[in-house]
This record gives sequence, structure tokens and C-alpha cells, in this order.
Amino acid sequence: MNLPTLPDTLREQHSGKGWPLALVGSLLLLVSGLLSWSFDPSILGDISIAFWPASLQLFAMILGAVGVLLALMHRGPLHRLGDWFDTALGLRALGTGSLLFVVFSLVAIASEAGGLVNVNPGGWLALAGALLLTVGARFVPQRQLNSFAKAKANPVLEIVVIVLGMAAILFGAAYVLGRDDPWIFVGFLVMAAVAFMALARAGFFTWMSHVAQRHRHVLTLAAFVVAFLFPFTQDGSDANMSIATQVLIFAATAIGLNIVVGLAGLLDLGYIAFLGSGAYVGAMMSNAASATIGWKPPFIVVMLIGACVAATLGLIIGSPTLRVSGDYLAIVTLAFGEIFRLSMFNLDGNNGPDLTNGPNGIPGIPDLNLFGFDFGKPHTVFGIQLGRFSNYYFILLLLIGFIILVFTRLNNSRIGRGWVAIREDERAAEAMGVNTFGLKLLGFAVGAFLAGLAGTIKAHQDTAASPDQYIFLESAFLLAAVVLGGMGTVAGVLIGATILKLLPEKLRFFSEYRLLLFGLLLVIMMRVRPEGLIASKRRQLEFHEDDEELAQEVQADHLIDAAPEAAR
Amino acid sequence: MTVIDTEVQDGRARPQRGAKVLDAEQVTMRFGGLVAVNKVDFDVHEGEIVGLIGPNGAGKTTFFNCLTGMYKPTSGTVKFYGEVLPPKPRAVVKAGMARTFQNIRLFGNMTALENVMVGRYCRTTSGAITSVLHGPKYRREEAESRSRAQELLDFVGLGKSSELLARNMPYGDQRRLEIARALATDPKLILLDEPTAGMNPLETQQAMDLIFKIRDQGLAVVVIEHDMRFIFQLCDRVLCLVRGEALVWGTPGEVQSDPRVVEAYIGGSELEDDEDEVQA
Ligand SMILES: Nc1ncnc2c1ncn2[C@@H]1O[C@H](COP(=O)(O)OP(=O)(O)OP(=O)(O)O)[C@@H](O)[C@H]1O
Ligand SMILES: [Mg+2]
Repeated sequence: MNLPTLPDTLREQHSGKGWPLALVGSLLLLVSGLLSWSFDPSILGDISIAFWPASLQLFAMILGAVGVLLALMHRGPLHRLGDWFDTALGLRALGTGSLLFVVFSLVAIASEAGGLVNVNPGGWLALAGALLLTVGARFVPQRQLNSFAKAKANPVLEIVVIVLGMAAILFGAAYVLGRDDPWIFVGFLVMAAVAFMALARAGFFTWMSHVAQRHRHVLTLAAFVVAFLFPFTQDGSDANMSIATQVLIFAATAIGLNIVVGLAGLLDLGYIAFLGSGAYVGAMMSNAASATIGWKPPFIVVMLIGACVAATLGLIIGSPTLRVSGDYLAIVTLAFGEIFRLSMFNLDGNNGPDLTNGPNGIPGIPDLNLFGFDFGKPHTVFGIQLGRFSNYYFILLLLIGFIILVFTRLNNSRIGRGWVAIREDERAAEAMGVNTFGLKLLGFAVGAFLAGLAGTIKAHQDTAASPDQYIFLESAFLLAAVVLGGMGTVAGVLIGATILKLLPEKLRFFSEYRLLLFGLLLVIMMRVRPEGLIASKRRQLEFHEDDEELAQEVQADHLIDAAPEAAR
Repeated sequence: MTVIDTEVQDGRARPQRGAKVLDAEQVTMRFGGLVAVNKVDFDVHEGEIVGLIGPNGAGKTTFFNCLTGMYKPTSGTVKFYGEVLPPKPRAVVKAGMARTFQNIRLFGNMTALENVMVGRYCRTTSGAITSVLHGPKYRREEAESRSRAQELLDFVGLGKSSELLARNMPYGDQRRLEIARALATDPKLILLDEPTAGMNPLETQQAMDLIFKIRDQGLAVVVIEHDMRFIFQLCDRVLCLVRGEALVWGTPGEVQSDPRVVEAYIGGSELEDDEDEVQA
């Protein structure tokens, strides 16, 4: 690469102070974590002891470490990496974000301990560091970058990065679930968001997507290993595992919905009904005292029946409505969701057959028992006790793996191409011989099938099925997870589902404002990033139909989801 | 009415005309009070290039839409190899009739290769289950679709552009890509709606060569064009539509010399293709 020409060299001279300032700021942040932040040992997980960083101190150190890393990549021992990553932009984002984080921390200390007088030098040092970093980063000049498309791959390094990243996710998840103090919880989220933004601005995730493309299988495997290891970090505690299983059920359903919404491009506002029909089938065909069907086949058969019932319902709803335009489908599915709930409410023997016990639902569903493995009992593996929810966690992990497989493989098949064509121009697709109606119906039915599958497990895990679990709000949340996370991607929906399920569990205090906040969040997302947190490239293009630059960029990177995995 | 033309054109010998591919009888299309196509008879034989001309708003595109099942004609029948086609675009494509659009309708956010592969959709049958399991059928069809699509891109001269997004391609390439996509459906008859609109003279010449090449593959071709020189050099027979009615239907020589054609153009619009031509 050529060196920057005259105007840039001038800027370089002028801004020679930027880099040292940023480096010193980052180092101060790093060091501040080692000092005491507050007099009061009883608040925020004890941040009063020097050289024993906890909670907020630890987070500040992480941000400081990211800053040092970026600064040394800009100039210094790691400067060769600076040819690839936009360290200047990364430092700028990190500066602003760290400032935000430190201010948040000071507010937390002040509000917990009663006033800023309780802040020790460590806290003020962190503030000074963040300020220096913010100011310094403004003056760090941008360097000329190479494109990742031209980067020589170093498989060992890349796999190490994948493994480290996954380990970080595992520890982060275990750590954050263990925090009960909302200040620490939110502080962690702020820190994670800041670090994420800084790395994103530096182009780290663009590189990661290239890496992911090259090591798709390693990445998938690593993700599953991490997810598999998660229960072992919980010391037999079932509290967090209960949340984790709920997240998994929710995520599995949301990925199923993403086939309908993100791939087939259909708006389904009553998707929860399919989960519900699976759950009711699971409940009716269980050994529960109030189960209404005396027949109890093996669970795998129950799962299939539940899924087929849901898919049949999907076909019944879909076949008349999918012929007409999308808006009607939204209304019909909305109504269908309500009809489902009301039917479950009323099929109690007084009106029609007794299938669901009406408003009482079907309680007391026994735990699953597969091949002699009782899901209700704790098991000890490698000396670590795994409770009831861990058992469900593992079977749900299998389920989610299956759903992801269906999602990605359909997406990369002839069917997936048909769906894209329909989303792009339905009339043209029809004129090219694509069976538009059949494909839409297929998307709808596959989505329903997968939700039904998840529902049968959910019934056992909840030990009950009742109408009030399957209300419209749940459908809305599922859709929100898809829209927030990213239409057409698995990773995005996993993140969206985790956010939407985990936050309310951990932040009980805001449960009253939950809907308000989610509404706000969605509105903001629609304004700034309509394609979702982790967007599929194709969806991103669709949302930015006249962004030439983006189109060129995506083209240079290749369409990742279009990568022909099976073309051999 | 069928004169077998053996004239030598462009240095190419015309292949002998074969069986009747398309036969439209008394096709009429009404939009409320407007009769866009009025009792038009039309037929195309194997190995033939037929032109469709007429001033703006004459009903050419509407006639195409009637032939390809996009519109259900108010009256009249369209027969393909002697069988009446249902007015469903998909059935028409499946039977072997493919088209391009006057206002390009590519799938902009797909790559060139993917666009052509969508054209293969109706000739492949892998369903959801084999796609999820990556069964042998899926593998075979996927590989076949891919190689055939690449072959077609090479055929229309876009072999090197397969990874480009359709929306990033130059205009002329987009027109050729639409042709490749239509060819991917394995048609016996291809209908091109203004394939050279917006092209420069060089590209127009390439388009003409491409159409001859398609004909030489044994396909029948119908072309709508405003460029008269292009039409008269290319076509074996020409139908001139004016206000929805078939004015003249014959060899290029006959149509060219017919005073009514000249009058229709001068009266309503222009004979030569102009830059300011309206695109519907
Ligand atoms: N869907 C429709 N509804 C109502 N009127 C229509 C419709 N489609 C076409 N028309 C009318 O039918 C007439 C013929 O239009 P058509 O597009 O077939 O003309 P054309 O010969 O293709 O013209 P051009 O050379 O400009 O492409 C026009 O007057 C047009 O306004
Ligand atoms: Mg037209």
C-alpha cells in the first residue's frame, strides 16, 4: 500500500499527540481497575479492595485492555495488524463508550452508597483515563487499510481466535447469569456493548465473518461445544438453568419463525399458536392425571404427532390466505392466534369435546423419560451435578441444532433461492416458473412443524399446558426477537431471543416498563438498523435498495449465505 | 399465407421452418373500455424468428402477457404445440415458453449465477426433505443447476460475471442476464420484450448475434423492437400491431414496403428508434 500523501502527512504531524494520549488513557483505565473504587465494601460486589478487581473494576480493565490492544495495533509492536483493522475508528468508539461506562459506574456508586463522596481515587482515575482516551482518539489519524478479501488466511490463528471468542462467550454468559445485582448486570451489558462497538468499528467482525466463512464447521462445532459446556459452569444450580432452558425454547421457536418471516418473507402474527398446539398434543398424550387422550406412545412419536398437527393447522390457515397479498396473512394469522387460545380455553367438555380442560389447562405433566433416562432427576457427570433443567437444556440443544440445520439447508437450496426470488419480485418469479404459492405454503408449514416439535418438549418442561401461556404478546415477542436480531440469520435471532428473554428475567425491577422499553427499542432499531443486529447480507441489501456502496461491498465479500456448501 | 423464405441474411442460411410451436387465434384483451389487443392471429414455427412491431401503446407487451399467461385473454385461444395452455405463467413456462421483460425484472439482490439458477427451478424437483438431508437427488440437481447456469452465462457472454450482484451489473449485461435466465427454463420458444432498449450500437449488434445463436440452438424466437433496422435484419416474419389490431403480418420486405405501416408510425409516433422512447 502507498503511504498517505501530503494532506495526510500534515495531519499526521499535527496529531502526533493523539496516539500517546489514547495509549495513556487506555493504560489508566487498565490500572484503575487495580485500585479501590469505593469506600463501601458492601456495594456492587465489593469494589473497595485494591489489587482485587471485581465487577465494575474488572469491566474497566477489559475496556482498557481493548484500548491498549487497538493503540498498539495502530503504532507499536502490533502495527502490522493495523494495516487490516481500522484502529482509529475503533479507538474513537471505545473512547466515547468508555466514558459512558465510567460515568455509569460513578452514578452506580453514588446511588448505591449515597453520593459521589464515596468514590475512591480508582474511580476518578478511570474517569481521567476515559477522558484522555476520548480526546486522544479524536486525533488519531486513520490509516490506509487492506481489504480482508485479499488477506492470506492463517488457519491456526483463525481457529484459535474462534475458540477464544467462544470461551469468552461462555465465561461471559456464566458470569452475567451469576450476577443478581442489577447495577452490575447493566454495567456488564454496557461494557460488552462498548467493547462490541469498538471492535465492530475497527472491522473486527468483518474479519470474523470471513473467518466464519472459511471455518464454518469449526465455528458451528465450537458454538455447540460451548453451549454444551454451559450447564457444567453452574455448580448444580437450577435457577440459571431454568432461565437458560426458557431462552432455548424461545430461541428455537424464533428461528422457526425466522424461516417464515426471514426466508419466505411472510408476516405471521400468530406463530405462538403452533408452539401451543405442539404443547397441547404433548400434554394430552402424556401420563398426566388430567391428560385427555389415554394413549401414550413413545415420546418421539408424540413429537412427530405434535409437529404434524401444527403443520396441518398451518396448511389450513395458509392455503386460503397465501394466495392473496401479505397484509391479509398478517391479519388472518393474528386472528388464528386468538382463535387457538379461545379454543383451548373452551374445549372443556361444556362446549364441544373435553380436550384441554378449558382454563385449567393440563397440569401435572410428568417429566420426560427417554430410554430410561429420567429428565426429572439430577444426574452427576464428571463429578458435577446437573439438575432437572440441565437435562431439558441438553434435549433442547439437540432440537435447536436440528432447527438450525433445517434453516440453513433450506436457505441454501433451490427452495431458498425460490424464496429470495419471491421476496425480490413475486410476479417475475412466477413468470420464471417458480411455484410461488407452493413455496410460501411450504415455508409456513415448515415453520409450524418446527414450532410444534418445540411445543411437545415445552409441555413437559413447564409441567403444564394452559391457554394463558399462548397469548398474542408471546407471538409479538417472537417477532420482535426476529426483527431485532436480524431477519434471515440464525446468529441474529439467537442474540435477539437471548436479549428479549434474559433481560426481563434479570431486571425484574423494570418489568412494569418492559413493553414500553421493548417498543422503544424496536422503534430505534427500525430507524437506525432496520436489518437487525446481525443482518443477513441479502436482507441488508433489500433494506438498502439504493445503497450502491453497500452493494459493491457485499459483492466483494461474496454473499455469505449463498456460499454453495453442497456444490461439489 | 405461409411463404417459406430462403433468403440469405447476415451470411447465415435460415434453417428450414419446422412444426408450429405457437398458435394464437383471435386473442383479445380488454381493460375496461380499452381494447389493448383486438382479435390478433399469430403463429410461430420451430427455428423461426418473428418480430412484433408497433408504435408505443400498440399493445405489444399486453399481447406478450396474454401469450405467457400473465393475463388471461378476454377471448381467444393460445395453443402451444396444439395444446391450449392454462393462463398460468408457471404452466406456460413448464410447457416451454419463456420471456424477458421490457422493464428489466431481475432479482437484483441475487448474483448473476443465482438468477439463472432460479430459472432452473421449474426443471428440478428436489423438495424440502432431500434439501435438508442433502440427499443424492439434491446433490445431483444442485450440481446440475449450477453447471447449466454457468454454461448459459458463458453462452450469453457473461461467464466472468457470475458472482456479480444483478443490481450492480451494467444495463446491457442485465438484458443479457434476463435472456440467460429465460433460457435456463429450457424453453422451446423465447419471447423477448425490447431486448436492445437502451443499448449502444455495438451492444445491439451483439444482441442480434446472440438471438441468431439462440435460434441456431433450435429455439423459436419472438422479438418486440422499435429499432426497424434491427427487426428487418433479424426476423423471418413480422407482425405490426397498431392500436391493438394486427395491421400487417408478413415477411420483412412486405411489412417494410406497406404504406399503412409507414403511416401508422408517422401518424402516431416515429419510425426509427428514438432516445426519448417511453418505457412502460
Ligand atoms: N394492466 C393494464 N391495465 C390497464 N391498461 C393497460 C394495462 N396494461 C396495458 N394497458 C394499456 O394497454 C395499452 C397497450 O399497452 P402495452 O404496454 O401493451 O403497449 P406496448 O405496445 O408494449 O407499448 P411500448 O412500445 O410503449 O412498450 C396501453 O394503452 C396501456 O395503457
Ligand atoms: Mg411494451
